[in-house]
Amino acid sequence: MTLDELRAALAGVPEWAWLADALVRVRADPDTVGPFFARAERKLGREPLVADSPWTAGRAGRALLLAEVADPERIAMLYRQGDAAERLAVLAALPLLDLGDAAVPLLHDALRTNDARLVAAALGPYAAHLDADTWRQGVVKCVFMGIPLGAVDRLDDRADQALAGMLAALAQERAAADRRLPADAVALLNRLTVPPPRKQE
Amino acid sequence: MRIFDPHIHMTSRTTDDYRAMAAHGVQAVVEPAFWLGQPRTNPGSFADYFDSLIGWEPYRAAQFGIRHHATIALNPKEANDPRCRGVLDLLPRYLDKDGVVAVGEIGYDSMTPAEDEAFAAQLALAIEYELPALVHTPHRDKAAGTLRTLDVVAASGIEPGRVAIDHLNEVTVGLVRDSGCWMGFSIYPETKMSPPRMVEILKEYGTERILVNSAADWGHSDPLLTVATGEALLAAGFTADDVDRVLWRNPVEFYAQSGRLDLSASPAGPSFAGSSIARGGS
Repeated sequence: MTLDELRAALAGVPEWAWLADALVRVRADPDTVGPFFARAERKLGREPLVADSPWTAGRAGRALLLAEVADPERIAMLYRQGDAAERLAVLAALPLLDLGDAAVPLLHDALRTNDARLVAAALGPYAAHLDADTWRQGVVKCVFMGIPLGAVDRLDDRADQALAGMLAALAQERAAADRRLPADAVALLNRLTVPPPRKQE
Repeated sequence: MRIFDPHIHMTSRTTDDYRAMAAHGVQAVVEPAFWLGQPRTNPGSFADYFDSLIGWEPYRAAQFGIRHHATIALNPKEANDPRCRGVLDLLPRYLDKDGVVAVGEIGYDSMTPAEDEAFAAQLALAIEYELPALVHTPHRDKAAGTLRTLDVVAASGIEPGRVAIDHLNEVTVGLVRDSGCWMGFSIYPETKMSPPRMVEILKEYGTERILVNSAADWGHSDPLLTVATGEALLAAGFTADDVDRVLWRNPVEFYAQSGRLDLSASPAGPSFAGSSIARGGS
């Protein structure tokens, strides 16, 4: 969803007035954003904004607050001072904000954690700004942690022979322990290494 | 038997403990911020610790199907170290977090002027952030410390029903009951309180405003002593409903006063069950 779509969907939640007031105050003084950002989820709710959406009302409200702040330094501070849900909200909002590659260090931080939700969130659309080495390590970390590869944005576009080599090595280690890679990782490895069948003439 | 342990330091416990707790009916815990055995020397150490209490530890608990909330405070022992006083300035940021359901543990260790100051300042923060307060009572000079604690609580203006006074025993329980504060008991293998003694206290004082916890930490302690207490209560003739009140509904009622207690299914849920904790990888 775009910021405008999030804003339109949020206008229907009961606590919209709270958020509208917060956005006005943050525009006037960006230093006030911290408490609004912390409280957004319990004020606005944790229900999906529209059916089957990963955007809860609280997370969407946080995205609008971040858009109001706009400054990469402040956004990084909200991430660093946030609990897990606040950090997830920052990561989810990054592709919607006009930050260039200024927030890449936040992805590095999330990828260093051992929280599967943060690792998965770091490999969304904003991961386009990650260099190839870091991105491959992130994908293999997903496989290692059992995170479904559906979390990785543009997986097949970016997957290359170097990633295939890393996955094959992991598969070999797993086999030595009489264990297997998750099915989606095996499928990816096959797509990268098995030539497609020739079309029948 | 469903159990809510209202005071346990899971940071110091292993995944085996989480597994055993879940298997015995522990479905929710509150982890108060406290000292770690090794003294800390700067506020940054506390920031990392507090971040863990609202980040990593709830995630770790969720892998075992256990809901984890925290209480945040500068503890009385470290309040005496001037290098740690800056922690008080960090607290407002943490007291606004969703996973924080009280200010605590606050109170007295050695009843010094520095402890007086930190205790009063943090009771004021509990009022400002509309949070209950979890108050530790000292291990030495406990009865005098409990009396002084109740004076400070009364002077702060916080409602007694929003305060739990913890680590009580036969000597101090009556004082706290008369104050209107909640009465916390930490069931320990040898010290503080035992399951049979807890049974006698509940016979005498009833189940209202009583909290039973394991206070398990890095010392000699046992996260299953809440379970053992529930079993001792049943064996002594208390009903299953009595036990449910003491071990589940009472702590829910106390911490729900924060407006932030969330006992719905965890978002970290079983979808990644155990994979990162069990080191599912190679």
